[in-house]
Amino acid sequence: MKAWLSHHRQSAALAWRRIAATPVNSLLSLLAIGIALALPAGGQMLLSAARQLAGTASAVPQISVFMAATADRAMANDVRARLQQQPGVKQLQFLAREETLARMKASGGLREVIEALPANPFPDAFVVGVRDERPEAMEKLATELRKLAGVEHVQLDSAWVRRLDALLKLGRSALLLLASLLGCGLVAISFGIIRMQVLTQRAEIELSRLLGATEAYVRRPFLYHGSLLGLGGGLVAWLLVAASTLWLRAPLAELAGMYEINLVLKGLDGIETGLLLSFAALLGWLGAVFSLRQTLQD
Amino acid sequence: MIRFDRVSKRYPPGVDALLDLSFEVGDGKMLLVGGHSGAGKSTLLKLIAGIEKSTSGAVLVGGQNLGSLAPSALPYYRRRIGMVFQDQKLLFDRSVFENVMLPLSISGFPPREAGSRVRAALDKVGLGKREKALPIMLSGGEQQRLAIARAVVGRPDLLLADEPTAHLDADTASDVARIFLEFNRVGVSLLVATHVHELFPGGDRLMLDHGRRVG
Repeated sequence: MKAWLSHHRQSAALAWRRIAATPVNSLLSLLAIGIALALPAGGQMLLSAARQLAGTASAVPQISVFMAATADRAMANDVRARLQQQPGVKQLQFLAREETLARMKASGGLREVIEALPANPFPDAFVVGVRDERPEAMEKLATELRKLAGVEHVQLDSAWVRRLDALLKLGRSALLLLASLLGCGLVAISFGIIRMQVLTQRAEIELSRLLGATEAYVRRPFLYHGSLLGLGGGLVAWLLVAASTLWLRAPLAELAGMYEINLVLKGLDGIETGLLLSFAALLGWLGAVFSLRQTLQD
Repeated sequence: MIRFDRVSKRYPPGVDALLDLSFEVGDGKMLLVGGHSGAGKSTLLKLIAGIEKSTSGAVLVGGQNLGSLAPSALPYYRRRIGMVFQDQKLLFDRSVFENVMLPLSISGFPPREAGSRVRAALDKVGLGKREKALPIMLSGGEQQRLAIARAVVGRPDLLLADEPTAHLDADTASDVARIFLEFNRVGVSLLVATHVHELFPGGDRLMLDHGRRVG
């Protein structure tokens, strides 16, 4: 066990020395891997910003509940009490018919039309904020609300919600596709570098086998080499994303401010950074595995 | 003990390197394998080292039939024997010390003990003061002694050497042969493929011609 751990340490150190022995080549490889990883990582960051935007924009998914014109205030209070008991309801705003009338009058354009009417045409209404913004959950809640006594009409902003959801889904799918393609690119880069290393170290590999090296012993330094390349590329990607975040944060906040949206571009958090580095190291290792499988058999 | 029992080795497309060869070498003994170029000397050593497999017959080393040795067991078998190759197979980008350290690293020796063993082996072959040098900085005789140090550092029971004095001048060849004889004297079995038998007095002889035993 001690010898096994010792050889792991030696293999990692040897892999590091081989990377350091060709600094320019290694740096260019790390840069290529880093850029390939930074694109999906940056995309993830922008997707998070889009989610944040959807959460803070004024048009958040809501359900409007309109009482019947004949319903009195007691019925409206009864509906309010029932709405407050609904587990899916997050926020509740009551719009009294008198307030609505006053606001419409104050809005200017409709004032003369409304004053010409014999009675207040607006019903009492509730604006319901929901806990679960998924379209299917909102549809279910709307169905429940339609059953309440005195409720005439329930308007669900489902089209907006569905569009946003579809857009986010498309973004996630595109990101996954991009990450898969660039991940394959990383594997290919690692494959090529390890193949070159194996060919360069051919004499040592042959000698080691003659002196009693197991296949695991022969492969281990190359697997560390691939993993370290991936990990280094992951670090470069993290740096690129962090720099881009800092670079774009102020102009994006300024743009968002013009639309009265409070938007702060956030970099990768601890978990995302850990996933990025682990994924990068894994892909580098995978490239090395494929390369060794082919090259050592050759 | 090494035993060849009617061993033949045929390379594609039908070249016979060894034909129906039988012999035995006892523990701690020395066998000199002679013959002209292409007689089968190197093939014989490769069969013992497990680098090649016989086409027919049985090669037994220490009671182990190498033909039935599992591929996963082969590396561990090779760690028990020392090999000096005809082309030396030195790593020219590694120091003398690192070259000799390689078999011990492969066997998983703790670094401190391995270091002591490497220095002892280098002292034994007279390279104690050259441990930091690169092989390219050594003379032909020193490179051969380095190859011997690497072969013996694991303290093998059996030492195989393929033309260890080829390309060396007479004095250096004699010096290298003396080192082999010293190891044999302390109980290491020795198999040497060589043209120059007189450098290794006291050894049994096996003469080959076109893969057949002729003496």
